[in-house]
Amino acid sequence: MRLEAILEGLERREPAALARAISLVENQRDGFERVLSHVHARLRRGGTRRIGITGPPGAGKSTLTERLIQQFRSQELRVGVVAVDPTSPFTGGALLGDRIRMEAASLDPNVFIRSMATRGARGGLATTTEEVTDLLEAFGFDRILLETVGVGQTELDVARTAETTVLVLVPESGDGIQTLKAGVMEIADVYVINKSDRPGADKLRQEIEVMLGIRHGNAFRHMAPHHAPPPRAPRPADGRTGGPADRGAPPSGRPPVRPSDVWDPPVIATVASRGDGVAELAQAVDRHYAYLEAGGLLAERRRQQLAQRTRAVLERAVQHWISEATRAEELLQRRLDDVADGRRSPYDVAAEILDQVKTGALG
Amino acid sequence: MPGPKRPIRVLIAKPGLDGHDRGAKVVAAALRDAGMEVIYTGLHQTPEMIAQAAIQEDVDVIGLSILSGAHMTLFPRIRKLVDAAGRSDILVTGGGIIPPDDMDSLERQGIGKLFGPGTPTTELIAYIEEWAAEHVSA
Ligand SMILES: Nc1nc2c(ncn2[C@@H]2O[C@H](COP(=O)(O)OP(=O)(O)O)[C@@H](O)[C@H]2O)c(=O)[nH]1
Ligand SMILES: [Mg+2]
Repeated sequence: MRLEAILEGLERREPAALARAISLVENQRDGFERVLSHVHARLRRGGTRRIGITGPPGAGKSTLTERLIQQFRSQELRVGVVAVDPTSPFTGGALLGDRIRMEAASLDPNVFIRSMATRGARGGLATTTEEVTDLLEAFGFDRILLETVGVGQTELDVARTAETTVLVLVPESGDGIQTLKAGVMEIADVYVINKSDRPGADKLRQEIEVMLGIRHGNAFRHMAPHHAPPPRAPRPADGRTGGPADRGAPPSGRPPVRPSDVWDPPVIATVASRGDGVAELAQAVDRHYAYLEAGGLLAERRRQQLAQRTRAVLERAVQHWISEATRAEELLQRRLDDVADGRRSPYDVAAEILDQVKTGALG
Repeated sequence: MPGPKRPIRVLIAKPGLDGHDRGAKVVAAALRDAGMEVIYTGLHQTPEMIAQAAIQEDVDVIGLSILSGAHMTLFPRIRKLVDAAGRSDILVTGGGIIPPDDMDSLERQGIGKLFGPGTPTTELIAYIEEWAAEHVSA
Protein backbone atom coordinates (compact mmCIF):
# COMPACT_ATOMS: atom_id res chain seq x y z
CA MET A 1 0.00 0.00 0.00
CA ARG A 2 1.49 3.31 -1.04
CA LEU A 3 1.73 6.24 1.28
CA GLU A 4 -1.08 8.15 -0.42
CA ALA A 5 -3.33 5.12 -0.18
CA ILE A 6 -2.59 4.84 3.52
CA LEU A 7 -3.41 8.49 4.12
CA GLU A 8 -6.64 8.19 2.12
CA GLY A 9 -7.55 5.01 3.95
CA LEU A 10 -7.00 6.78 7.27
CA GLU A 11 -9.38 9.53 6.12
CA ARG A 12 -11.97 6.88 5.38
CA ARG A 13 -11.29 5.25 8.74
CA GLU A 14 -10.34 1.90 7.26
CA PRO A 15 -8.83 -0.46 9.83
CA ALA A 16 -6.52 -1.95 7.18
CA ALA A 17 -5.05 1.49 6.53
CA LEU A 18 -4.56 2.08 10.24
CA ALA A 19 -2.79 -1.26 10.49
CA ARG A 20 -0.50 -0.36 7.59
CA ALA A 21 0.22 3.05 9.08
CA ILE A 22 1.20 1.42 12.37
CA SER A 23 3.65 -0.87 10.55
CA LEU A 24 5.11 2.07 8.70
CA VAL A 25 5.79 3.82 12.00
CA GLU A 26 6.97 0.66 13.73
CA ASN A 27 9.42 -0.09 10.93
CA GLN A 28 10.31 3.58 10.39
CA ARG A 29 9.80 3.19 6.70
CA ASP A 30 9.82 5.96 4.15
CA GLY A 31 7.11 8.48 4.83
CA PHE A 32 6.39 7.47 8.41
CA GLU A 33 7.13 10.94 9.71
CA ARG A 34 4.83 12.41 7.11
CA VAL A 35 2.00 10.20 8.32
CA LEU A 36 2.70 11.22 11.92
CA SER A 37 2.88 14.85 11.00
CA HIS A 38 -0.43 14.44 9.18
CA VAL A 39 -2.20 12.94 12.17
CA HIS A 40 -0.65 15.35 14.63
CA ALA A 41 -3.21 18.02 13.79
CA ARG A 42 -5.96 15.71 14.99
CA LEU A 43 -4.53 15.01 18.39
CA ARG A 44 -5.65 16.22 21.79
CA ARG A 45 -9.05 17.23 20.60
CA GLY A 46 -11.49 14.67 21.83
CA GLY A 47 -10.10 13.76 25.23
CA THR A 48 -8.61 10.41 24.35
CA ARG A 49 -7.12 8.82 27.42
CA ARG A 50 -4.17 6.47 27.47
CA ILE A 51 -3.94 3.91 30.22
CA GLY A 52 -0.78 1.89 30.77
CA ILE A 53 -1.23 -1.59 32.25
CA THR A 54 2.01 -3.03 33.52
CA GLY A 55 3.15 -5.74 35.90
CA PRO A 56 4.92 -9.09 36.03
CA PRO A 57 4.22 -11.81 33.43
CA GLY A 58 1.13 -13.85 34.23
CA ALA A 59 -0.33 -11.27 36.63
CA GLY A 60 -3.47 -11.07 34.52
CA LYS A 61 -2.79 -7.88 32.56
CA SER A 62 -4.35 -9.16 29.33
CA THR A 63 -7.35 -10.60 31.14
CA LEU A 64 -7.83 -7.29 32.90
CA THR A 65 -7.38 -5.43 29.63
CA GLU A 66 -10.19 -7.44 28.08
CA ARG A 67 -12.41 -6.59 31.05
CA LEU A 68 -11.59 -2.92 30.73
CA ILE A 69 -12.39 -3.07 27.03
CA GLN A 70 -15.81 -4.45 27.92
CA GLN A 71 -16.27 -1.81 30.59
CA PHE A 72 -15.45 1.01 28.17
CA ARG A 73 -17.55 -0.54 25.41
CA SER A 74 -20.54 -0.57 27.76
CA GLN A 75 -20.06 3.20 27.91
CA GLU A 76 -19.96 3.22 24.10
CA LEU A 77 -16.36 4.32 24.08
CA ARG A 78 -14.13 3.15 21.26
CA VAL A 79 -11.06 1.29 22.43
CA GLY A 80 -7.60 0.83 20.96
CA VAL A 81 -5.15 -1.61 22.51
CA VAL A 82 -1.40 -1.92 22.11
CA ALA A 83 0.06 -5.04 23.70
CA VAL A 84 3.84 -5.08 23.89
CA ASP A 85 5.81 -8.27 24.47
CA PRO A 86 9.56 -8.84 24.45
CA THR A 87 11.58 -9.77 21.41
CA SER A 88 14.07 -12.57 21.92
CA PRO A 89 17.49 -10.94 21.91
CA PHE A 90 18.92 -14.15 20.45
CA THR A 91 16.67 -14.79 17.47
CA GLY A 92 14.92 -11.45 16.97
CA GLY A 93 11.63 -13.34 17.01
CA ALA A 94 8.70 -12.90 19.36
CA LEU A 95 5.63 -14.81 20.41
CA LEU A 96 2.78 -12.37 20.93
CA GLY A 97 -0.07 -14.09 22.72
CA ASP A 98 -2.02 -11.33 24.41
CA ARG A 99 -4.91 -11.55 21.95
CA ILE A 100 -5.81 -14.98 23.30
CA ARG A 101 -7.19 -13.29 26.42
CA MET A 102 -8.96 -10.54 24.53
CA GLU A 103 -11.20 -12.78 22.51
CA ALA A 104 -14.47 -11.23 23.64
CA ALA A 105 -13.45 -8.06 21.81
CA SER A 106 -12.16 -9.72 18.71
CA LEU A 107 -15.17 -9.10 16.51
CA ASP A 108 -16.12 -5.66 17.74
CA PRO A 109 -15.48 -3.11 14.98
CA ASN A 110 -15.00 -0.44 17.63
CA VAL A 111 -12.05 -2.24 19.16
CA PHE A 112 -8.65 -2.38 17.53
CA ILE A 113 -5.92 -4.55 19.03
CA ARG A 114 -2.32 -4.46 17.94
CA SER A 115 0.50 -6.63 19.27
CA MET A 116 4.00 -5.18 19.21
CA ALA A 117 7.36 -6.74 19.93
CA THR A 118 10.01 -4.69 21.71
CA ARG A 119 12.53 -5.31 18.88
CA GLY A 120 15.81 -3.50 18.95
CA ALA A 121 13.77 -0.31 19.27
CA ARG A 122 15.85 2.10 17.27
CA GLY A 123 14.95 5.55 18.49
CA GLY A 124 13.42 4.11 21.64
CA LEU A 125 10.45 1.84 22.11
CA ALA A 126 8.66 4.42 24.22
CA THR A 127 8.77 6.91 21.37
CA THR A 128 7.56 4.38 18.81
CA THR A 129 4.75 3.20 21.07
CA GLU A 130 3.70 6.74 21.72
CA GLU A 131 3.62 7.38 17.99
CA VAL A 132 1.48 4.29 17.49
CA THR A 133 -0.97 5.49 20.13
CA ASP A 134 -1.07 8.82 18.30
CA LEU A 135 -2.27 6.99 15.21
CA LEU A 136 -4.94 5.27 17.29
CA GLU A 137 -5.99 8.54 18.85
CA ALA A 138 -6.24 10.31 15.50
CA PHE A 139 -8.28 7.39 14.22
CA GLY A 140 -10.87 8.19 16.86
CA PHE A 141 -10.39 5.85 19.77
CA ASP A 142 -11.55 7.26 23.10
CA ARG A 143 -9.51 4.98 25.31
CA ILE A 144 -6.15 3.45 24.55
CA LEU A 145 -4.90 0.60 26.68
CA LEU A 146 -1.20 -0.06 26.63
CA GLU A 147 -0.13 -3.42 28.03
CA THR A 148 3.56 -3.96 28.79
CA VAL A 149 5.44 -6.45 30.91
CA GLY A 150 6.79 -4.40 33.80
CA VAL A 151 10.23 -5.88 34.09
CA GLY A 152 12.68 -3.68 32.24
CA GLN A 153 13.32 0.01 32.06
CA THR A 154 12.10 0.11 28.46
CA GLU A 155 8.72 -1.26 29.40
CA LEU A 156 8.43 1.15 32.30
CA ASP A 157 9.14 4.01 29.95
CA VAL A 158 6.37 2.74 27.70
CA ALA A 159 3.89 2.58 30.56
CA ARG A 160 4.84 6.10 31.50
CA THR A 161 3.77 7.50 28.16
CA ALA A 162 0.18 6.95 29.30
CA GLU A 163 -1.69 9.51 31.36
CA THR A 164 -2.48 6.87 33.94
CA THR A 165 -0.28 3.91 34.80
CA VAL A 166 -1.84 0.87 36.43
CA LEU A 167 0.49 -1.64 38.11
CA VAL A 168 -0.99 -5.13 38.33
CA LEU A 169 0.34 -7.34 41.12
CA VAL A 170 -0.83 -10.70 42.42
CA PRO A 171 -0.80 -12.17 45.95
CA GLU A 172 2.29 -14.16 44.97
CA SER A 173 4.13 -10.87 44.42
CA GLY A 174 3.80 -10.19 48.15
CA ASP A 175 7.23 -11.19 49.33
CA GLY A 176 8.77 -9.77 46.24
CA ILE A 177 7.61 -6.20 46.10
CA GLN A 178 10.61 -4.90 48.02
CA THR A 179 12.86 -6.59 45.54
CA LEU A 180 11.03 -5.40 42.45
CA LYS A 181 13.27 -3.43 40.19
CA ALA A 182 13.70 0.05 41.53
CA GLY A 183 11.22 2.29 39.85
CA VAL A 184 8.55 -0.33 39.23
CA MET A 185 6.64 0.34 42.43
CA GLU A 186 7.03 4.08 42.12
CA ILE A 187 5.52 4.62 38.72
CA ALA A 188 1.97 3.54 39.40
CA ASP A 189 -0.97 5.89 39.71
CA VAL A 190 -3.27 2.98 40.52
CA TYR A 191 -2.35 -0.35 42.12
CA VAL A 192 -4.26 -3.50 41.34
CA ILE A 193 -4.13 -6.66 43.36
CA ASN A 194 -5.39 -9.14 40.81
CA LYS A 195 -6.19 -12.78 41.57
CA SER A 196 -7.65 -11.61 44.85
CA ASP A 197 -9.46 -14.92 44.88
CA ARG A 198 -6.18 -16.38 46.06
CA PRO A 199 -4.73 -16.30 49.57
CA GLY A 200 -2.34 -13.50 50.42
CA ALA A 201 -4.24 -10.61 48.86
CA ASP A 202 -4.73 -8.82 52.18
CA LYS A 203 -1.09 -9.16 53.09
CA LEU A 204 -0.06 -7.68 49.76
CA ARG A 205 -2.47 -4.79 50.26
CA GLN A 206 -0.86 -4.04 53.63
CA GLU A 207 2.59 -4.12 52.13
CA ILE A 208 1.63 -1.76 49.33
CA GLU A 209 -0.11 0.60 51.70
CA VAL A 210 2.84 0.67 54.07
CA MET A 211 5.11 1.41 51.15
CA LEU A 212 2.84 4.19 49.93
CA GLY A 213 2.61 5.54 53.46
CA ILE A 214 6.38 5.67 53.75
CA ARG A 215 6.49 7.60 50.54
CA HIS A 216 4.07 10.13 51.98
CA GLY A 217 6.02 10.27 55.20
CA ASN A 218 3.54 8.33 57.28
CA ALA A 219 3.85 4.59 57.29
CA PHE A 220 0.94 4.15 59.64
CA ARG A 221 -1.56 6.49 58.10
CA HIS A 222 -3.98 3.67 57.47
CA MET A 223 -4.25 2.73 61.09
CA ALA A 224 -6.72 4.33 63.45
CA PRO A 225 -5.04 6.58 65.98
CA HIS A 226 -5.25 5.55 69.65
CA HIS A 227 -6.47 8.91 70.79
CA ALA A 228 -9.86 10.26 69.84
CA PRO A 229 -9.75 11.65 66.32
CA PRO A 230 -10.41 15.35 65.91
CA PRO A 231 -13.91 16.10 64.67
CA ARG A 232 -13.99 15.68 60.92
CA ALA A 233 -15.22 18.28 58.55
CA PRO A 234 -18.49 17.11 57.02
CA ARG A 235 -18.23 15.39 53.67
CA PRO A 236 -19.57 17.23 50.66
CA ALA A 237 -23.35 17.01 50.61
CA ASP A 238 -23.54 15.17 47.31
CA GLY A 239 -21.68 12.30 48.87
CA ARG A 240 -19.46 12.04 45.86
CA THR A 241 -16.39 9.98 46.37
CA GLY A 242 -13.38 10.57 44.30
CA GLY A 243 -11.21 13.43 45.49
CA PRO A 244 -7.55 12.99 44.80
CA ALA A 245 -6.96 11.70 48.28
CA ASP A 246 -9.94 9.39 48.28
CA ARG A 247 -9.24 5.77 48.81
CA GLY A 248 -12.66 4.22 49.19
CA ALA A 249 -12.46 3.49 52.90
CA PRO A 250 -13.11 6.49 55.11
CA PRO A 251 -9.73 7.56 56.47
CA SER A 252 -10.16 8.06 60.13
CA GLY A 253 -8.47 11.06 61.65
CA ARG A 254 -7.14 12.27 58.35
CA PRO A 255 -8.13 15.70 57.13
CA PRO A 256 -10.54 15.31 54.23
CA VAL A 257 -8.42 17.51 52.02
CA ARG A 258 -4.70 17.01 51.93
CA PRO A 259 -2.93 20.32 51.93
CA SER A 260 -0.46 19.29 49.27
CA ASP A 261 -3.24 17.82 47.17
CA VAL A 262 -0.96 15.11 45.85
CA TRP A 263 -2.46 12.06 44.19
CA ASP A 264 -2.85 9.26 46.64
CA PRO A 265 -2.69 6.05 44.58
CA PRO A 266 -5.62 3.74 45.30
CA VAL A 267 -5.12 0.01 45.79
CA ILE A 268 -7.86 -2.01 44.11
CA ALA A 269 -8.59 -5.69 44.49
CA THR A 270 -9.72 -7.49 41.34
CA VAL A 271 -10.46 -10.96 40.09
CA ALA A 272 -10.00 -10.28 36.41
CA SER A 273 -11.07 -13.76 35.36
CA ARG A 274 -14.50 -13.08 36.92
CA GLY A 275 -14.63 -9.35 36.29
CA ASP A 276 -14.71 -8.46 40.00
CA GLY A 277 -13.41 -5.00 40.83
CA VAL A 278 -13.15 -3.91 37.20
CA ALA A 279 -15.79 -1.18 37.46
CA GLU A 280 -13.98 0.15 40.51
CA LEU A 281 -10.70 0.12 38.61
CA ALA A 282 -12.26 2.04 35.73
CA GLN A 283 -13.57 4.60 38.20
CA ALA A 284 -10.15 4.98 39.78
CA VAL A 285 -8.62 5.57 36.37
CA ASP A 286 -11.25 8.23 35.66
CA ARG A 287 -10.58 9.86 39.03
CA HIS A 288 -6.89 10.01 38.27
CA TYR A 289 -7.57 11.64 34.93
CA ALA A 290 -9.91 14.15 36.58
CA TYR A 291 -7.18 14.89 39.10
CA LEU A 292 -4.65 15.56 36.36
CA GLU A 293 -7.12 17.75 34.55
CA ALA A 294 -8.24 19.75 37.55
CA GLY A 295 -4.75 20.54 38.72
CA GLY A 296 -3.68 21.75 35.29
CA LEU A 297 -1.25 18.86 35.36
CA LEU A 298 -2.52 17.39 32.12
CA ALA A 299 -1.63 20.44 30.10
CA GLU A 300 1.78 20.66 31.74
CA ARG A 301 2.43 16.96 31.18
CA ARG A 302 1.53 17.28 27.54
CA ARG A 303 3.88 20.17 27.06
CA GLN A 304 6.66 18.13 28.60
CA GLN A 305 5.76 15.12 26.50
CA LEU A 306 5.75 17.15 23.33
CA ALA A 307 9.15 18.59 24.20
CA GLN A 308 10.40 15.09 24.92
CA ARG A 309 8.94 13.81 21.67
CA THR A 310 10.53 16.55 19.65
CA ARG A 311 13.86 15.78 21.30
CA ALA A 312 13.49 12.07 20.57
CA VAL A 313 12.60 12.68 16.93
CA LEU A 314 15.54 15.04 16.60
CA GLU A 315 17.91 12.52 18.18
CA ARG A 316 16.59 9.80 15.92
CA ALA A 317 17.08 12.00 12.87
CA VAL A 318 20.61 12.99 13.93
CA GLN A 319 21.54 9.38 14.60
CA HIS A 320 20.13 8.38 11.28
CA TRP A 321 21.88 11.21 9.50
CA ILE A 322 25.22 10.36 11.07
CA SER A 323 24.95 6.70 10.15
CA GLU A 324 23.45 7.06 6.68
CA ALA A 325 24.48 10.44 5.33
CA THR A 326 28.00 10.83 6.68
CA ARG A 327 31.07 8.64 6.56
CA ALA A 328 31.42 8.64 10.35
CA GLU A 329 31.30 4.86 10.52
CA GLU A 330 33.98 4.58 7.86
CA LEU A 331 36.34 6.85 9.81
CA LEU A 332 35.55 4.92 12.98
CA GLN A 333 36.52 1.67 11.29
CA ARG A 334 39.77 3.22 10.07
CA ARG A 335 40.70 4.33 13.61
CA LEU A 336 39.70 1.07 15.23
CA ASP A 337 43.19 -0.48 15.08
CA ASP A 338 44.63 2.55 16.89
CA VAL A 339 41.98 2.29 19.58
CA ALA A 340 42.40 -1.46 19.94
CA ASP A 341 46.18 -1.09 20.23
CA GLY A 342 45.75 1.55 22.89
CA ARG A 343 47.38 4.29 20.82
CA ARG A 344 44.19 6.30 20.93
CA SER A 345 41.15 6.38 23.18
CA PRO A 346 37.52 6.05 22.10
CA TYR A 347 36.95 9.58 23.43
CA ASP A 348 39.70 10.96 21.31
CA VAL A 349 38.41 9.27 18.17
CA ALA A 350 34.78 10.22 18.87
CA ALA A 351 35.85 13.85 19.24
CA GLU A 352 37.72 13.67 15.95
CA ILE A 353 34.68 12.16 14.20
CA LEU A 354 32.36 14.77 15.67
CA ASP A 355 34.70 17.57 14.57
CA GLN A 356 34.78 16.26 11.06
CA VAL A 357 31.00 15.77 10.96
CA LYS A 358 30.53 19.36 12.13
CA THR A 359 32.86 20.79 9.53
CA GLY A 360 31.16 18.72 6.88
CA ALA A 361 34.33 16.84 6.03
CA LEU A 362 32.51 13.51 6.29
CA GLY A 363 29.39 14.57 4.41
CA MET B 1 14.63 6.28 5.54
CA PRO B 2 14.75 2.51 5.42
CA GLY B 3 15.43 0.99 8.81
CA PRO B 4 16.97 -2.39 9.41
CA LYS B 5 15.34 -5.50 8.02
CA ARG B 6 12.04 -6.07 9.73
CA PRO B 7 10.85 -9.44 10.99
CA ILE B 8 8.21 -11.39 9.06
CA ARG B 9 4.88 -11.21 10.90
CA VAL B 10 2.77 -14.34 11.04
CA LEU B 11 -0.64 -15.03 12.55
CA ILE B 12 -1.06 -18.59 13.77
CA ALA B 13 -4.64 -19.59 14.41
CA LYS B 14 -6.68 -22.66 14.97
CA PRO B 15 -10.13 -22.34 13.43
CA GLY B 16 -12.93 -24.78 13.96
CA LEU B 17 -14.07 -26.98 16.74
CA ASP B 18 -11.41 -29.62 17.18
CA GLY B 19 -9.96 -29.73 20.61
CA HIS B 20 -6.25 -29.16 21.11
CA ASP B 21 -3.68 -26.72 19.86
CA ARG B 22 -0.43 -28.51 20.60
CA GLY B 23 0.55 -28.57 16.95
CA ALA B 24 -0.23 -24.90 16.44
CA LYS B 25 1.80 -23.97 19.50
CA VAL B 26 4.80 -25.97 18.32
CA VAL B 27 4.64 -24.20 14.97
CA ALA B 28 4.27 -20.79 16.63
CA ALA B 29 7.34 -21.40 18.80
CA ALA B 30 9.37 -22.68 15.86
CA LEU B 31 8.57 -19.60 13.78
CA ARG B 32 9.51 -17.36 16.67
CA ASP B 33 12.81 -19.18 17.01
CA ALA B 34 13.35 -18.58 13.31
CA GLY B 35 13.19 -14.84 14.01
CA MET B 36 9.56 -14.15 13.10
CA GLU B 37 7.00 -12.19 15.06
CA VAL B 38 4.20 -14.64 15.72
CA ILE B 39 0.77 -13.54 16.82
CA TYR B 40 -0.92 -16.51 18.39
CA THR B 41 -4.68 -16.32 18.83
CA GLY B 42 -5.57 -19.67 20.31
CA LEU B 43 -8.33 -22.18 19.81
CA HIS B 44 -11.80 -22.12 18.26
CA GLN B 45 -11.33 -19.04 16.12
CA THR B 46 -14.02 -18.21 13.59
CA PRO B 47 -12.90 -17.12 10.10
CA GLU B 48 -14.16 -13.60 10.92
CA MET B 49 -12.02 -13.43 14.06
CA ILE B 50 -8.96 -14.65 12.20
CA ALA B 51 -9.40 -12.21 9.34
CA GLN B 52 -9.96 -9.26 11.66
CA ALA B 53 -6.89 -10.15 13.71
CA ALA B 54 -4.77 -10.54 10.58
CA ILE B 55 -5.85 -7.11 9.29
CA GLN B 56 -5.26 -5.34 12.62
CA GLU B 57 -1.91 -7.00 13.14
CA ASP B 58 -0.85 -6.32 9.55
CA VAL B 59 0.67 -9.76 9.16
CA ASP B 60 2.41 -11.04 6.06
CA VAL B 61 1.26 -14.61 6.55
CA ILE B 62 -1.70 -16.42 8.08
CA GLY B 63 -0.94 -19.97 9.16
CA LEU B 64 -3.93 -22.16 9.94
CA SER B 65 -3.96 -25.51 11.62
CA ILE B 66 -7.06 -27.46 10.59
CA LEU B 67 -7.58 -31.03 11.70
CA SER B 68 -11.36 -31.04 11.71
CA GLY B 69 -11.80 -31.88 8.06
CA ALA B 70 -13.42 -28.51 7.39
CA HIS B 71 -10.46 -27.22 5.37
CA MET B 72 -12.45 -26.92 2.13
CA THR B 73 -14.73 -24.32 3.70
CA LEU B 74 -12.40 -22.63 6.21
CA PHE B 75 -9.42 -21.81 3.98
CA PRO B 76 -11.46 -20.21 1.16
CA ARG B 77 -13.67 -18.35 3.65
CA ILE B 78 -10.68 -16.74 5.35
CA ARG B 79 -9.07 -15.98 1.99
CA LYS B 80 -12.28 -14.23 0.91
CA LEU B 81 -12.58 -12.13 4.09
CA VAL B 82 -8.96 -11.03 3.92
CA ASP B 83 -9.28 -10.16 0.23
CA ALA B 84 -12.44 -8.17 0.96
CA ALA B 85 -10.45 -6.01 3.37
CA GLY B 86 -8.06 -5.22 0.54
CA ARG B 87 -5.32 -7.54 1.70
CA SER B 88 -5.04 -10.11 -1.07
CA ASP B 89 -1.27 -9.74 -0.59
CA ILE B 90 -1.39 -11.77 2.64
CA LEU B 91 -0.33 -15.41 2.24
CA VAL B 92 -2.80 -17.93 3.63
CA THR B 93 -1.10 -21.23 4.33
CA GLY B 94 -1.27 -23.97 6.92
CA GLY B 95 -1.52 -27.62 7.62
CA GLY B 96 -3.70 -30.50 8.61
CA ILE B 97 -5.00 -33.78 7.30
CA ILE B 98 -5.68 -32.64 3.75
CA PRO B 99 -5.91 -35.01 0.76
CA PRO B 100 -3.69 -34.04 -2.22
CA ASP B 101 -6.72 -33.36 -4.44
CA ASP B 102 -8.04 -30.87 -1.91
CA MET B 103 -4.63 -29.23 -1.70
CA ASP B 104 -4.64 -28.70 -5.46
CA SER B 105 -8.15 -27.35 -5.41
CA LEU B 106 -7.32 -24.94 -2.57
CA GLU B 107 -4.20 -23.78 -4.32
CA ARG B 108 -6.33 -22.83 -7.31
CA GLN B 109 -8.44 -20.76 -4.91
CA GLY B 110 -5.48 -18.66 -3.85
CA ILE B 111 -4.29 -20.66 -0.86
CA GLY B 112 -0.55 -21.23 -0.44
CA LYS B 113 1.26 -24.49 0.05
CA LEU B 114 -0.32 -26.80 2.64
CA PHE B 115 1.52 -29.21 4.88
CA GLY B 116 0.51 -32.62 6.18
CA PRO B 117 0.71 -33.61 9.83
CA GLY B 118 4.22 -34.40 10.99
CA THR B 119 5.92 -32.14 8.47
CA PRO B 120 9.13 -30.85 10.06
CA THR B 121 8.71 -27.19 11.02
CA THR B 122 11.92 -26.41 9.13
CA GLU B 123 10.02 -27.04 5.91
CA LEU B 124 7.33 -24.55 6.80
CA ILE B 125 9.94 -22.00 7.88
CA ALA B 126 11.81 -22.38 4.60
CA TYR B 127 8.58 -22.00 2.64
CA ILE B 128 7.57 -18.79 4.47
CA GLU B 129 11.05 -17.32 4.21
CA GLU B 130 11.23 -17.99 0.48
CA TRP B 131 7.76 -16.62 -0.06
CA ALA B 132 8.57 -13.47 1.95
CA ALA B 133 11.85 -12.90 0.13
CA GLU B 134 9.88 -12.75 -3.08
CA HIS B 135 6.70 -10.98 -2.01
CA VAL B 136 7.32 -8.85 1.07
CA SER B 137 8.91 -5.47 0.57
CA ALA B 138 11.57 -4.86 3.18
N1 LIG C 1 -7.26 -17.24 39.74
C1 LIG C 1 -7.19 -16.20 38.90
N2 LIG C 1 -6.60 -16.34 37.70
C2 LIG C 1 -6.54 -15.27 36.88
C3 LIG C 1 -7.09 -14.02 37.23
N3 LIG C 1 -6.86 -13.16 36.24
C4 LIG C 1 -6.19 -13.83 35.27
N4 LIG C 1 -6.00 -15.11 35.65
C5 LIG C 1 -5.28 -16.15 34.89
O1 LIG C 1 -3.90 -15.86 34.91
C6 LIG C 1 -3.27 -16.31 33.70
C7 LIG C 1 -2.44 -15.21 33.08
O2 LIG C 1 -3.29 -14.18 32.64
P1 LIG C 1 -2.86 -13.10 31.54
O3 LIG C 1 -3.99 -12.14 31.44
O4 LIG C 1 -2.41 -13.77 30.31
O5 LIG C 1 -1.60 -12.42 32.27
P2 LIG C 1 -0.52 -11.38 31.69
O6 LIG C 1 0.70 -12.16 31.32
O7 LIG C 1 -0.25 -10.46 32.84
O8 LIG C 1 -1.14 -10.67 30.53
C8 LIG C 1 -4.40 -16.80 32.82
O9 LIG C 1 -4.48 -18.19 32.91
C9 LIG C 1 -5.64 -16.16 33.42
O10 LIG C 1 -6.81 -16.91 33.19
C10 LIG C 1 -7.74 -13.90 38.52
O11 LIG C 1 -8.22 -12.84 38.93
N5 LIG C 1 -7.75 -15.01 39.30
MG1 LIG D 1 -0.43 -10.40 28.54
